[in-house]
Amino acid sequence: MSPSTHYDVILIGGGHNGLVAAAYLAKAGRKVLLLEARSHLGGLAGTEELFPGFHAPVGHADAGLFSPQVIKDLRLESHGLAFHDVPAAVFAPQPDGRALTLWRDPARAKAEIARFSARDAERYPEYLRVTARLAAVLAATAAEIPPNIISPSLNDLFPWARVALKARRLGRADMMDFLRLLPMTAQEWLNEWFESPVVQAALGAHSVTGSMLGPQSSGSAYMLLYQQMGVPNAGYRSARFARGGVGAVIAALTRAAESHGVEILTDTPVARVLLENGRAVGVELADGDLLRAPVIVSNLDPRRTLFGLVGPQQLNPRLMRRVRNIRFKGSTSRLTLALSGLPKFKGAPDGHDHLTGYTLICPSLDYLEKAYDDAKYGRISANPALELHFPSLHDAALAPAGQHLVSITIQFTPYDLKGASWAKEGKRLTDLVIKTLDAYAPGFKSLVKHNHLRTPASLESDFAATEGGIMHGQMALDQWLIGRPVAGFARYATEIPGLFLCGAGTHPGGGLTGLPGRNAARAILKNRRS
Amino acid sequence: MPIPTPFHSRTAALSVSHEWRDWSGYLSVARYAATHDAEYYAVRSGAGLLDVSPLFKYEITGPDAARLVDRIMTRDIAKCAVGQVMYSPWCDEDGQTIDDGTIQRFGPQHFRITAADPSLRWFQDVGYGLNAQIRDLSADLGALALQGPKSREILKQIVTQSDDSLDALKYYYLTPAKIDRIPVTITRTGYTGDLGYEIWVERRYAEKVYDSLYDTGRKYGLMPLGLVALDMLRIEAGLLLIDVDYIAATKADIESQKSTPYEIGLSWAVDLDGADFIGKPALQRELKHGSEWFFCGLEIDWPHLESLFATHNLPPKVLGMASRAAVPVYKDGYQVGQATSITFSPLLKKYIALATLKTQYAAFGDDVHLETTVEFSRQQARACVVKSSFFNPKRKREVLA
Repeated sequence: MSPSTHYDVILIGGGHNGLVAAAYLAKAGRKVLLLEARSHLGGLAGTEELFPGFHAPVGHADAGLFSPQVIKDLRLESHGLAFHDVPAAVFAPQPDGRALTLWRDPARAKAEIARFSARDAERYPEYLRVTARLAAVLAATAAEIPPNIISPSLNDLFPWARVALKARRLGRADMMDFLRLLPMTAQEWLNEWFESPVVQAALGAHSVTGSMLGPQSSGSAYMLLYQQMGVPNAGYRSARFARGGVGAVIAALTRAAESHGVEILTDTPVARVLLENGRAVGVELADGDLLRAPVIVSNLDPRRTLFGLVGPQQLNPRLMRRVRNIRFKGSTSRLTLALSGLPKFKGAPDGHDHLTGYTLICPSLDYLEKAYDDAKYGRISANPALELHFPSLHDAALAPAGQHLVSITIQFTPYDLKGASWAKEGKRLTDLVIKTLDAYAPGFKSLVKHNHLRTPASLESDFAATEGGIMHGQMALDQWLIGRPVAGFARYATEIPGLFLCGAGTHPGGGLTGLPGRNAARAILKNRRS
Repeated sequence: MPIPTPFHSRTAALSVSHEWRDWSGYLSVARYAATHDAEYYAVRSGAGLLDVSPLFKYEITGPDAARLVDRIMTRDIAKCAVGQVMYSPWCDEDGQTIDDGTIQRFGPQHFRITAADPSLRWFQDVGYGLNAQIRDLSADLGALALQGPKSREILKQIVTQSDDSLDALKYYYLTPAKIDRIPVTITRTGYTGDLGYEIWVERRYAEKVYDSLYDTGRKYGLMPLGLVALDMLRIEAGLLLIDVDYIAATKADIESQKSTPYEIGLSWAVDLDGADFIGKPALQRELKHGSEWFFCGLEIDWPHLESLFATHNLPPKVLGMASRAAVPVYKDGYQVGQATSITFSPLLKKYIALATLKTQYAAFGDDVHLETTVEFSRQQARACVVKSSFFNPKRKREVLA
């Protein structure tokens, strides 16, 4: 690269939000250089070959939350992105040998639920309608730049009129439900709808995914809704799968970004953001090279950006305190297993259709809360909640012929272990998960050929995610909207002129949505005179 | 309830009035006798001994200590030599004054800071990410102010060993020393505007050092000094008192109660050419656009005050001690600010005040009017806007050796 090259924007971090922001900025005519420390793009939304011939997602397995607006704006379908429907939303085998499958077909799901509770089955269609309506309001907030509440301007507030209109259309009863639901616990909300613990768990387990919250924690109902902002919903979280796995989303984004002229450099870690007179003017690479641009955008989490790349000494104490107080609290680990075949769960229907969505080991919300209880006090859950996904069922190319790959999200595995260290606990956790699965699917253990565990500690070291928090900051009401990443700096700009954030640590938050990246790009284009 | 200082056994025994004040949670003598006149005169003619232990004291050490102190203070710490003491305010992010105090530099990376308010959290936050340790010495360290023209002679009698001879110790410098074989730090600092020293000693040796100073000092006319007389002395010297002459930014109820150093007469203590400090960009802007307020002294026109009382057939009557009740200052009938500290100076035979006025409407040399109550009615006494250092003797800075 020639050092005389001029860039309008240097973007640090090639996660999905970084790619989205880069593509939008380049599309608007900015000359953008994107720097990625790792050899592959995608970050936590990336794919990696963990065992020869097995390509597994790092984090997100599906793209159900990915913004249709981003797909449209960046013409991702013309860049090769395609989705395919799967019959199952979630399959939940039970300790007593029964199993519940929530099919994406509501009639089929209703019939399944009736096996556990006739009353719940009757309520299920209405539950789907209500949650879809409420989630749509949340989705409307997610797509906007949070308002400046200190000195609001008409320009900024105008888009929020649309959100308000959407909320009004809910009608009074639904509106009350929306406001009531946000600070509620997922368990109380689901208690109001359903009586069967099995049904409650199948619909509510994802309310705490990636969070250090239990289903009895305030704010978990908001996360329940957040996970249903996308399409299609089917009660369990929004989940649709890209052809070729989640890596296909990254590939399409990369092509879109490059088509607009984004230059991408991988294996190029950034050491720090350069400041001159308190203004961000460029970056210093790990190899010492200096690159300059009037706008620096970071896809890293807010603390990694402001403390790691800028330095707490460059921030005013007011902002420093807020950044220091961001709760990250990584709570999930990812175990990836290479399997010689598909497991046979007790109570499972014939065939493999039930495994096409997620497979959930979480018999009740009480079970999940108890798993959280352990984590609250710094212990790995004695009985962890497990969410399995079989990428190889979606795309046979992700595993060698006849073999399979399973990605297991384990909750809870707190970053801060009391009296133990992640360096030593990994093997024990792997064994615990395999043993747990063996009880639900006899013979599971013998299918395992390879295993790879990524703990909050290794998420932090491998993906620069502070405390292994995959959401780049706990998703909680106090770290939402105008409070994300911190109060006073929720509009993608930081205190440092020229430095912006575009990652999951900004509004609307974690998950494969592309929205922080899109919102950030819009905020930058609005704010910059350039 | 206030608690005793390290010198309490001595100050309590000397206090005949038993009149105490609460200073930062410590028992402090207001005046030792029924009146404070003698204490006041002792400081200007002999010496006064004041227990200043209630000051908050912090020690900053470590490889980044100098960087941290520089980041806190508006002064340029690079200009503070080892063995030097600097006075400086410190500000919040908006350049509004939080507190003011002295910085003692013991080594390249070793400082002690005095503060009027608890400051540990602020210092720690400003230092977040730096390799510096902050220790709160407030309770461990006793401090005595020995102030007055005889203070040097008194000290010379009892100091057995010091790096610098006291004759050579310059104003706002420090020296380690021994008093009765007890290690102390002596700084040539104070809050009276006179020749004076402050002695910093470990709590366990406090009483012994007090005895030494007091017993020797008696021969030179030393008196124990209380806060009532101190207040008059510091107004004569034009020295600010936090929460009286300005409100700490951390305690202000509304924005307009806050003050930048420029607004309280401390522009000389703001160094915009040095390293970055908290509040610097805001102060750069203020310097460019001008300050809203300025700090000054007021010298009340005594014959005019006399004439106001005369209309009631009264002789002029003023309080025999400092008043901390702010009163309005007018110019051409409009209020242009307020006087925050007022005292009659027995030494100068002047009625004086410290005031904050709007730069837009008043300037040094102007005639203004100070609200004065005469026989229950509000009157306006004529006053002249002057520099605040009413009393500034040569001996304050003089070096003998």
